[in-house]
Amino acid sequence: MLGGGGAQAPRPVLTVADLRGASRRRRKGRLIRGAFLSAAAVSVLISALIVVALVGEAVVFLSKIDLRSLWSDGWFPRRDMFDIRTIFAGTVIVSLIAMLVAAPLGLGAAIYLSEYASQRVRRRLKPALETLAGIPSVVMGFFALTVISPDLIRRLFSGAGIFNMAAAGIGVGILVTPLVASIAEDAMHAVPNSLREASYGLAARRRSTSVRVVVPAAVSGIVAALIVGVSRAIGETMVVAIAAGATGGSLFTLNPLGPGQTMTGAMAALGTGSDRVTGGTAAFNSLFFVGLLLFAMTLGLNVVSERFVRKVRRRY
Amino acid sequence: MALADTRTTTDAVRRALTGRRRDLGGRLFESGLLLTLLIALATLIVLLAKIFGQGWSVFAERGTSFLTSPMSQAAGRAGIWQGIVGSLMLMAFVVVIAFPLGVGAAVYLEEYARDTRFTRFVNANIRNLAGVPSIVYGLLGLAIFVELLGFGRSVIAGGVTLAILVLPIVIITTAEALRAVPNSIREAGFGVGATKWEVVRSHVLPYAAPGIFTGTVLSISRALGETAPLLLVGAIQGTFFTGSQSLLERLQGLYTSLPTVIYTWSRQPNPDFQKLTAAAIMVLLVVLLMVNATAILLRNRYERKW
Repeated sequence: MLGGGGAQAPRPVLTVADLRGASRRRRKGRLIRGAFLSAAAVSVLISALIVVALVGEAVVFLSKIDLRSLWSDGWFPRRDMFDIRTIFAGTVIVSLIAMLVAAPLGLGAAIYLSEYASQRVRRRLKPALETLAGIPSVVMGFFALTVISPDLIRRLFSGAGIFNMAAAGIGVGILVTPLVASIAEDAMHAVPNSLREASYGLAARRRSTSVRVVVPAAVSGIVAALIVGVSRAIGETMVVAIAAGATGGSLFTLNPLGPGQTMTGAMAALGTGSDRVTGGTAAFNSLFFVGLLLFAMTLGLNVVSERFVRKVRRRY
Repeated sequence: MALADTRTTTDAVRRALTGRRRDLGGRLFESGLLLTLLIALATLIVLLAKIFGQGWSVFAERGTSFLTSPMSQAAGRAGIWQGIVGSLMLMAFVVVIAFPLGVGAAVYLEEYARDTRFTRFVNANIRNLAGVPSIVYGLLGLAIFVELLGFGRSVIAGGVTLAILVLPIVIITTAEALRAVPNSIREAGFGVGATKWEVVRSHVLPYAAPGIFTGTVLSISRALGETAPLLLVGAIQGTFFTGSQSLLERLQGLYTSLPTVIYTWSRQPNPDFQKLTAAAIMVLLVVLLMVNATAILLRNRYERKW
């Protein structure tokens, strides 16, 4: 209470409790905060479940099989031959071919869109590239089997079969191209204009400016784009499942013109067909072992690429 | 006379500055870059031309009966009705599960959470989830929903799996939409004594709504084309018949989806089935186009620049 004029009524004192608001309103706020928090926690739960499911079943798989079958002549899970080299080699071959397509196409498109294209051209071409990114992989698989394989691969190499890893790799590469282009373009876009102006001020041409100034300045982002591209190519399933053939299994092969089995293709094949594997068999558990390897590989690549992206962000 | 003199000097200076040689290498470089972009786009055009060219005959011969017939071994009678129904049911699950969970998680991370180690961990975790190959989500669905929780190879298991698959996308796009709402809007709410929830509900969410809906619609289009996880959580790839079933039976019984039908048919050696595959892809692409157009319209209609 404030001292002063005796005749006046005492003014009420405002305390912190008065400013806090009604307890019912605050309780409601707390409840809602809890609901939002649990929604966020679900994402952590999902990651935990993925890891637990994959590791748990992979351990069951390893305990069930003769470990020597992980190093045999080929990948025939229904006949207890689980040669990891076969499907790993398949994944490497398909991803390599995919990146031979996606790296030049994606980076070229990114440099053009970021350094050369006028506003008007950019506005037209970018949505087209995004449309390509939205093509479902099962559609690209059909395209790889019915167009890329007969009209491109088998024209160039007469020895190639209908199902071949080269066609699947090119299909995967086309799917990955827009992703590589968009991440690389973001990185080049983040390079401040002052660098370009400094280069022009030294009488450099546009090509020298792009290649010697902008690309080196954005190199972390470009590397990140390529790594994300590889990670996506490794995990791509449907193109390989449709166009690379070898649904039953495959002997160890490094020939891109023949059918082959990738890690993802092997998993799709195990879930496909009238004799799709069910619980209890080693072939069923092998799904999770391969899945665990795939998960670990893509997670590693994604973490590394994130490092690179953060480097760009910190610099500018 | 003096005028002409200036012009010659200007020309001389310009020549000296730009160099007399034409920049042939630069031109070639630019054309090469443009070529890479055009190759990518030409692939898109060839793909669409091939599919529409092949698929059109199916619609020309059979009209809409292709859409309304069930699956069949006979190419002349096979249709995609069950695929359409299955995909619609799957999308219902995606919306009902992924939308509230995703928006809730994003609101927590953007509006409530302080920058603690836990928050940073959750954010990094969500970005990593977005990069997990889709077939790994299929394994998750197979181990947890099909086997452990006993949903069986049903549309429930498939729907929940797809919802989890797109959850990171919903969270990331919603978080972006929330970040775009300027802080002054929030401060105005707090200034008149609103609680956090009241500010979020009456100020932040309405302004972020167009971005949130666009993100959700895009995640639906992603889920619509997804095939690999459904192979593992049991979308049917052969032929099956559905008589009159109750809703509950339908949720627990056999199901398929449009992309799964495409996958099954694409592996048939019979050339008639190649045409059917192309026709089914046409339907899928048209649906995707409509969904994406909805997203773009939503964004253009309601997006606001601050």
